Amino acid sequence: MTSTDTIAQPTIERPRVGLFVTCLVDVVRPSIGFAAVKLLEASGCDVVVPAGQTCCGQPAYNSGDRADARAIAVQTIEAFDGCDYVVAPSGSCAGMLKSHYPRLFEDEPAAQARAHAFAGRVHELVSFLVDVRGWREIPPELQTGQPMRITYHDSCSGLRELGIKDQPRQLLTSINGLELVEMADSEICCGFGGTFSVKFPDISNAMVEKKTDNIAATEPLLVLAGDLGCLMNMAGKLSRQGRPIAARHVAEVLAGETTTPALLAPTDPARRD
Amino acid sequence: MQAAGSSFKSRAGAALADATLKSAIDRTAGNAETKRAAAVGEFPQFDEARKLGRRIKDHVIVHLEHYLIEFERNALRSGAKVHWARTSEEASRIVVEICRSAGAKRVTRSKSMLGEEIGLPHALEAAGIERVETDLAEHIVQLAGETPSHIVWPAMHKTREQVASLFNEKHASPPASESIPDLVHSARQDLRQKFLTADVGISGANFLIADTGAVCTVTNEGNAELTTTPPRIHIVTAGIEKLVPSIDHAFALLRLLVRSATGGDFTQYTTFHCGPKRPGDADGPEEFHIVLVDNGRTRMLAEGLAAMLRCIRCGACMNHCVVYRQIGGHAYGATYPGPMGSVLTPAIDGLANSRDLPNACTLNGKCAEVCPVEIPLPTLLRGWRDRSWKEGLEPLTVRTGIGIWAYFARHPFFYRLATAVAVHWMRLFRKGGWIAWMPLAGGWTQHRDFPAPQRATFIAAYKAMRKGAPNDNGT
Ligand code: SF4
Repeated sequence: MTSTDTIAQPTIERPRVGLFVTCLVDVVRPSIGFAAVKLLEASGCDVVVPAGQTCCGQPAYNSGDRADARAIAVQTIEAFDGCDYVVAPSGSCAGMLKSHYPRLFEDEPAAQARAHAFAGRVHELVSFLVDVRGWREIPPELQTGQPMRITYHDSCSGLRELGIKDQPRQLLTSINGLELVEMADSEICCGFGGTFSVKFPDISNAMVEKKTDNIAATEPLLVLAGDLGCLMNMAGKLSRQGRPIAARHVAEVLAGETTTPALLAPTDPARRD
Repeated sequence: MQAAGSSFKSRAGAALADATLKSAIDRTAGNAETKRAAAVGEFPQFDEARKLGRRIKDHVIVHLEHYLIEFERNALRSGAKVHWARTSEEASRIVVEICRSAGAKRVTRSKSMLGEEIGLPHALEAAGIERVETDLAEHIVQLAGETPSHIVWPAMHKTREQVASLFNEKHASPPASESIPDLVHSARQDLRQKFLTADVGISGANFLIADTGAVCTVTNEGNAELTTTPPRIHIVTAGIEKLVPSIDHAFALLRLLVRSATGGDFTQYTTFHCGPKRPGDADGPEEFHIVLVDNGRTRMLAEGLAAMLRCIRCGACMNHCVVYRQIGGHAYGATYPGPMGSVLTPAIDGLANSRDLPNACTLNGKCAEVCPVEIPLPTLLRGWRDRSWKEGLEPLTVRTGIGIWAYFARHPFFYRLATAVAVHWMRLFRKGGWIAWMPLAGGWTQHRDFPAPQRATFIAAYKAMRKGAPNDNGT
């Protein structure tokens, strides 16, 4: 799915977009959710945040608990009834909603048809802006002109399930003052993997150590990714290592929302909130 | 099985602590990764070739019975003897009996993962038959008293320096230096004489050609030819999924196999063995036996794992697997390591003995991206997780944790309350924007910090904002 060959035309004048916040953004870093709302509104959408949403269900689904995953899927699909699009600031959760919900109902044709119809409306945030809303650059009113040297990690689900690779780069490089330096192996998993990171902490740690070495080698001020899970893993490791590299969700930078403190190791370890 | 009794986690832990192992794996697998990328880059029709490869394998799997019968008929016609084995024990017993009735004292073997799967090295040893491994890497593994750690490079876990010291200790003519040519020379001195005096040669098969009854083997060292030609008897052990309709189909798959495994255009040696020596032939075995092994394969077919029977054992999935690259093959504790192994092992050894394997994966999808026959490995791994959950094999801690979480996730009203409490509670442990420790989070915080949540959940802050209250999303 590349975005450069055809210019996608917004089909609905002012679409109603349901924001699927994701459980991690909801609890850990709401500023990403607000950045997402700002971007969606700037792209001409009406944004709603349905109260019936919780989590996409991956912890259950990836643990083999299909019954709970199915119940959560049904609940999520219902919560977004009436939305033209469902947009999530996460390739992993959008991938769950889009690629995996239909698979949960292999024995229930009616429910599966609903899941398919739902899946057709689901998009990850950055690819939605580029592929559906036709953005080719970040509009001037969102630009801060702040100089930034960044590197970008490709989160696995977004990359391999949804084909997100060029879209974030295209928008990022349109930002004045932003310099993108590619790290080695940006497409290699950071070791998060949801429950994997706590079920197999030592293997996960070895993976994220390699990732933070690759990040540090580009000497960035900031590492970006499209998934908070991966960011928490990478930034959490950078913090533990005491490396002064900040981390943010790509939506925060695209929306020009960089006043909220980044995920960054404290320069003074004794600092208290 | 490797290190019986130890757990996956303890084996993985030991591997993670072994820096030499890490560099050995990185050298070989890294090299394979680079070469594969180059080979695929130079082959513009790679995607179509993959689709074709997949179609060929799927076709054979759907018509397995037909092709098995056709293969047997043609193999018999060529003068081969065909044996059927349902289990690994049956398969190795058949091989040992053929060796015994021939009065064999020494057998040569060219690398075959199926041989490992059916426990052939052990069965031969138990029968008092000397086994000579002719593949260089298998020879290394045998000298070291180990098992293969990779399906293409059995000795991937060893550095050249380690091999040199092993040869110095065990070879009659030790290597002159640590250089590859000297190592190879030393092994050759040790092995050649044995090649020529073996009674039986045992090989695996890369393809079984149904319309001729021939068996195809590929190697880069030419050892399969030396294993199978001089001895009086040649025994082939092969999984039933190795069938292809004709030689053309074998070539279509070979194009994928070689590029995916080593990044080469073609293997150095590609041999088709068809029946025993005929009158007038210059060489060849007097007896040619083919042992067709099921060992769980038809069950896989019935249990939704048909896609896994497409596997052509190229090893690309493990070369590209971040977990394999960190822990190496032995940590998996089974014949087949890496992503394909984590799908196969529960089918072969039972899920109860291997439930960690399908879980030890981030489901990042890289393996499926490189698999030359498009096996959806993450989906199949998830299938094992479903089974493990259904059969109650997941530990109580995991079941309870997921159960409590799912209760809240299924009840948005209580979920809102719970997340509000969680945010509050987690913030009690924060220091400088991070949480270095909190109860129940040891799996995370032993290696990394956890970001302290901002002041309120998004849903709460958004609701407040819509009501005109200030946007409370700072830290
Ligand atoms: S699963 Fe695919 S990539 Fe892995 S060994 Fe088999 S054919 Fe190769």
